[in-house]
Amino acid sequence: MLELDAIEARSGSFTLTADFGIEAGARVAIIGASGSGKSTLLDVIAGFLKPRSGHVLWKDADLTDLAPARRPVSVLFQDTNLFPHLTIERNLALALNPRSGTLRKGDAARIEDALARVGLAGFAPRRPSEMSGGQQSRAALARVLLQDRPVLLLDEPFAALGPALKVDMLDMVAKVADAEALTVLLVTHDPADARRFADQTLLVENGIVGTPQPTQALLDDPPESLRTYLG
Amino acid sequence: MAARVVAIIAGLSVAGLVIGPVIAVLLRAETFSGFGPADWQALRFTLVQALLSAALSVLFAIPLARALARRRFVGRGLLVALLGAPFILPVIVAVLGLLAVFGQSGLLNRVLSPLGAPQLQIYGLQGVLVAHVFFNLPLATRLFLQGWLAVPGEQFRLAASLGMGPRAMWRAIEWPLLKRIAPGAFAVIFVICLSSFAVALTLGGGPRATTLELAIYQSVRFDFDLGRAAALGLVQLALALAAGLVALRVASVPVAARGLDRMVPRWDGQGKGARMLDGVWIVVAAVFLLIPLAMVVLNGASGILTLGGSVWVSAAHSLAVALGSTVLCLAWALPLTTRWGEWLGLSGIALSPLVLGIGLFLIVRPFTNPFELALYVTATVNAFVSLPFVLRILRPEAEAIRADYGRLGGALGLSDWAWLRWVLLPRLKRPLGFAAGLTAALSMGDLGVIALFADPDRATLPLKIYQLMGAYRMEQAAGGALLLLLLSLSLFWAFDRGGRVGA
Repeated sequence: MLELDAIEARSGSFTLTADFGIEAGARVAIIGASGSGKSTLLDVIAGFLKPRSGHVLWKDADLTDLAPARRPVSVLFQDTNLFPHLTIERNLALALNPRSGTLRKGDAARIEDALARVGLAGFAPRRPSEMSGGQQSRAALARVLLQDRPVLLLDEPFAALGPALKVDMLDMVAKVADAEALTVLLVTHDPADARRFADQTLLVENGIVGTPQPTQALLDDPPESLRTYLG
Repeated sequence: MAARVVAIIAGLSVAGLVIGPVIAVLLRAETFSGFGPADWQALRFTLVQALLSAALSVLFAIPLARALARRRFVGRGLLVALLGAPFILPVIVAVLGLLAVFGQSGLLNRVLSPLGAPQLQIYGLQGVLVAHVFFNLPLATRLFLQGWLAVPGEQFRLAASLGMGPRAMWRAIEWPLLKRIAPGAFAVIFVICLSSFAVALTLGGGPRATTLELAIYQSVRFDFDLGRAAALGLVQLALALAAGLVALRVASVPVAARGLDRMVPRWDGQGKGARMLDGVWIVVAAVFLLIPLAMVVLNGASGILTLGGSVWVSAAHSLAVALGSTVLCLAWALPLTTRWGEWLGLSGIALSPLVLGIGLFLIVRPFTNPFELALYVTATVNAFVSLPFVLRILRPEAEAIRADYGRLGGALGLSDWAWLRWVLLPRLKRPLGFAAGLTAALSMGDLGVIALFADPDRATLPLKIYQLMGAYRMEQAAGGALLLLLLSLSLFWAFDRGGRVGA
């Protein structure tokens, strides 16, 4: 279980409070207006923002003081998921061996295998600039596979893709998440994404994170504020 | 963590290089009895030549920059690019070029004397001023040009649609622009000229045209009066520091200003008089800047083939110094690409190389013969002097890389080494190449500390050329100057080019 226990975090003058838990293996959408604190919430879980008070726990282990890379968490950012000057193989090698960035024995095969799983067999020698946006997203997903961490955070990573491609990517993430038994949190402002991807949804309003609720019920009968946001 | 340790080591070593020599100078200066008339003379001359140099450079730059900003002509881009060249042009090369034009048997005298004009004398204040304007007119012009090009195109369109005449243009656009830029340009050039050594050494001289820096050099080389050198160094330090702080408040120096060859469409200044005036300024400036360089190439072409072995040895010394100083400077700069690092690096502008040299001389003397360390000291001081420029180039880019990729690097848990090897260096390649080129070229052409320390066995190429000039072996000196020019430009080109490959 991923728990945020009485979290209070500040970023500038903005304050975020959160107190909830998510079952391991769940897929949860995080929905809310821009500036409501969705990304701040991910930063707290990923370790980019240290909370003022409270604890982040995974399976009862306290993560609060761990650096981002020491957490059982991988992240797909909104942009910049790959270093543009490096080949896909080197990018993925950095995920496997962050100390040296070099390829060890067997790494090439693991990388090729991960790429094949996201439909990018043979793309290892390419640079991100030689690939389409959708292909870059899939390469980033291959990175997540190689990092092999139980929690996956997605910060609107497919927002720049067209609607059809975005649906494809979400389905692929869902497939990967099922196969690897990942716990996934997806930030989005599209309610359709939430319906499609997540059985539970967290509502974030003015820096206050609610508790997970069944997506279907929440969106079918939204509270007043969510209704204003959804229009 | 390791990165932080490296940054602290770099910071401490730079700070130590500032504080150590300054303390050594302070301690030594105490034994000095008093400021003699010659010392007052040097102080006065230093101030007067710096004031005049700054004033003349700014004065000439105003019409030149205006002309360049509003005229299109063939070769404009080339001329503007050339305005950046003096930054990496060795002083001794420029001096030889200026001597070939303004000197005793220079072009001008050869043309004018048959007409019955009096002999032109270059040595003295006038020579120092000509050289300083040669170096700083381009800098001032670039500053003004930058200002001109920053004026939004709408303002010119508005002025055109209102039918504003020259007087209205002056009041609405030109005067505010000058008021904003001129003080900074003046201050920067004043500070640069305060620490003028190589120009004063070659074109000044005599008690009436000696700068403080030159006086420091003379008291070490000729009288071996370290107390006096230290006292003069102290005055120089106070002067440069005060002026530097003022300059810092009013100015920002564009090291690598891009897009100066851009052209904003203009409708003003289309009258016949204005066109003529602009044309005259552009031609005069181009002639003033280009003819000396052309003379270096012309005069050197025959000499370069007959250079003696000792010149080649000194060239090898210079190359080694330039490369060593480049490595050291970048090793300092990379961990210091932060706000406080740049502040620290600015001490490289305030502290004159000769004061630093005297300090280091005093520090190492109890342990070893300082003359044996001449080349190492030169490389170190050169690296230090280039540091502020290098940081000005690298810091914004390094900060952008950290902002763009810091989170991804953090999420992957890249080690400091992996970050440096796979992210920072490859992404910083272009500005790194440019900065390395500047450092190498500056160090290659430097004639400063080395003059203080060197014996004939350890001369660098600029010093060797100076010695050849002193021995009236002008053909060899001209050949050496051409060699130095070629080496400096090649070094700059090679590094800059290296940074662009595959980037």
